[in-house]
Amino acid sequence: MAPILEINNLFKSYGTVEILKDINVAIEQGDFLVLVGPSGCGKSTLLNCIAGLEPISGGEVRIGGRDMTSVSPKDRDIAMVFQSYALYPTMTVAKNITFGMKVRGVDQVTQAEKLAHVAQQLQIEPLLNRKPGHLSGGQRQRVAMGRALVRDPKLFLFDEPLSNLDAKLRVEMRTEIKSLHQRLGASMVYVTHDQIEAMTLATKIVVMKGGVIQQIGTPAEIYNHPANLFVADFMGSPAMNLIPAKARSGSAGTTIEIARKSGGSMVLTDRKNLSLPEDVIIGVRPENIADANAHSGPDSQEADCVIDIVEPAGADTYAVMELGGKHVTARLHAETTAAPGIKQRLAFDLGKVSYFAPDTGLRLN
Amino acid sequence: MVDLSLAQTPHQAEGRTGRLILRWMLYILLLLFALFYLLPLFVMLTTSLKSLEEIRTGDLIALPRDVTFAAWRTAWSEACTGIQCEGVRPFFWNSVLIAIPAVVISTLLGAMNGYVVAQWNFRGANLFFSLMLFGCFIPFQVVLLPMARVLGLIGMAGTIPGLIFVHVIYGLGFTTLFFRNYYVSIPSELTKAAKVDGAGFFRIFWSIFLPLSLPIIVVTVIWQFTQIWNDFLFGVSFSQAGTQPVTVALNNIVNSTTGIKAYNVDMAAAIIAGLPTLLVYVIAGKYFVRGLTAGSVKG
Repeated sequence: MAPILEINNLFKSYGTVEILKDINVAIEQGDFLVLVGPSGCGKSTLLNCIAGLEPISGGEVRIGGRDMTSVSPKDRDIAMVFQSYALYPTMTVAKNITFGMKVRGVDQVTQAEKLAHVAQQLQIEPLLNRKPGHLSGGQRQRVAMGRALVRDPKLFLFDEPLSNLDAKLRVEMRTEIKSLHQRLGASMVYVTHDQIEAMTLATKIVVMKGGVIQQIGTPAEIYNHPANLFVADFMGSPAMNLIPAKARSGSAGTTIEIARKSGGSMVLTDRKNLSLPEDVIIGVRPENIADANAHSGPDSQEADCVIDIVEPAGADTYAVMELGGKHVTARLHAETTAAPGIKQRLAFDLGKVSYFAPDTGLRLN
Repeated sequence: MVDLSLAQTPHQAEGRTGRLILRWMLYILLLLFALFYLLPLFVMLTTSLKSLEEIRTGDLIALPRDVTFAAWRTAWSEACTGIQCEGVRPFFWNSVLIAIPAVVISTLLGAMNGYVVAQWNFRGANLFFSLMLFGCFIPFQVVLLPMARVLGLIGMAGTIPGLIFVHVIYGLGFTTLFFRNYYVSIPSELTKAAKVDGAGFFRIFWSIFLPLSLPIIVVTVIWQFTQIWNDFLFGVSFSQAGTQPVTVALNNIVNSTTGIKAYNVDMAAAIIAGLPTLLVYVIAGKYFVRGLTAGSVKG
């Protein structure tokens, strides 16, 4: 079966400014693709290009195997949920949901059936006769989803649909969207700047920066094997520690030398056979630096570090120290003995580190 | 705590009387201004209800001794505008026939223009809008001759449709400006959502934008109606006997008296001529202020 969405060599520019450069993505039926990146990276523009709301300057967009590059939005078999919900203010909820069908000349009976089904699915039956102005943010969000669901399209597009909600509601709706995706088995493309949303929802993530795709992969791939320094830094909270270091190949593996604040250096040995240049940046996730006794994986290496700051966060305690001239965060046990200014024995899990070239920023292992 | 509040009491009382005096002085001042502004209307009304005899002998600002509507009757259907003596009535209907279609057409076209400029970004949209705006500031006098020529060429010189045409053209700049500024505050995502839903250009305008536009329609209608009804220059330049609007008739009544000047008739005619705009403002005035201030629509 052809991919449900296929974007080949897509370019988009406004005048001389290139917004999107050589975008290539494909997803299968049932995939949940998340486009993530900092603001201004072109992710929303890409979504608008998929929807046909923005003309593209080069390349092609195929939906359900058909070339849709110059097809108007209404004929692309898509539905879209917008950040501001974009509900029609003068129409009731019911009219909002059925507007698309009315425009397309669907008969009244079918309209009523579909409306009832969607309203029941989203539990918005009591709201059907209200105007959008009399709904709360969460309710508007549901209506906007209803308007998309009722269309039963090949592809759902979401443009930062949760960013106008408060934190608690956002988490609730996130779960709801995920369960909706699982129930319907629908294909979705979802834009967000929130990397946690990306991780929790996606079956496939596209990380973008400056109109260029940085990496495409499953959430686990993106998280564990970031392709470059940007992805490593952007995905994950707290962010991955990126520490400048010197690498030397020896008989027992590769020794990694990291400068300490007090002078001297901390030496770790990666037993894997790596061929690294001398100058590298080692990327360690905070959870891969743990209390020495708690963590005893086969690739763990222990070292003493002076802790500068301790931040208890309930379930975990974050300890901040300085290594290689950078602040390095470790995720320790909630009952850790770590205290500011005191030496603490920490275990670095070298089985899960990433190495990057300082000049190109690309992954080395 | 208690001591503190007791100590403040005389102070507070003093402040309260001071504020009260200030408040009353303000009211008195406002009342004086209101009286001052109402004085001309008062004089017009009382004069129109007096007989000529009483006007000659009486005081300008005195109330009429015998209220008579004779002057109103004369102004409406008997006063002479040049050689014709039918009062302002036929001209009043001319004005209605000019103003209503001109207001409706210019408002609708302005709404459409504003919708296009604000929501459908096309190449040169800003230039187009700037030029429209420029049209608002071209003085009437400048367009008189070219307009007369154009009206002659298209065979509408001296006709009511010709005057409607002139007013629509001249009003478009303003109506476009009003609607454009109103529609610009409506999120463009609304248009996008409707496009994805399958609606086209006119459908989106008709089903989504027009229903949102009541406040700005009221503003535009009041503005356009006042402009067109009160217009004298276009009315006098582009009309002929039989198509002159009420403002021209009023001028003719006041300027073509023979012998005694019938002030009461002049005043009555002036009030009749001004009544419709007054009425429109009284009925829809509260929307006027509301529409000018409230722009954004929450989705």
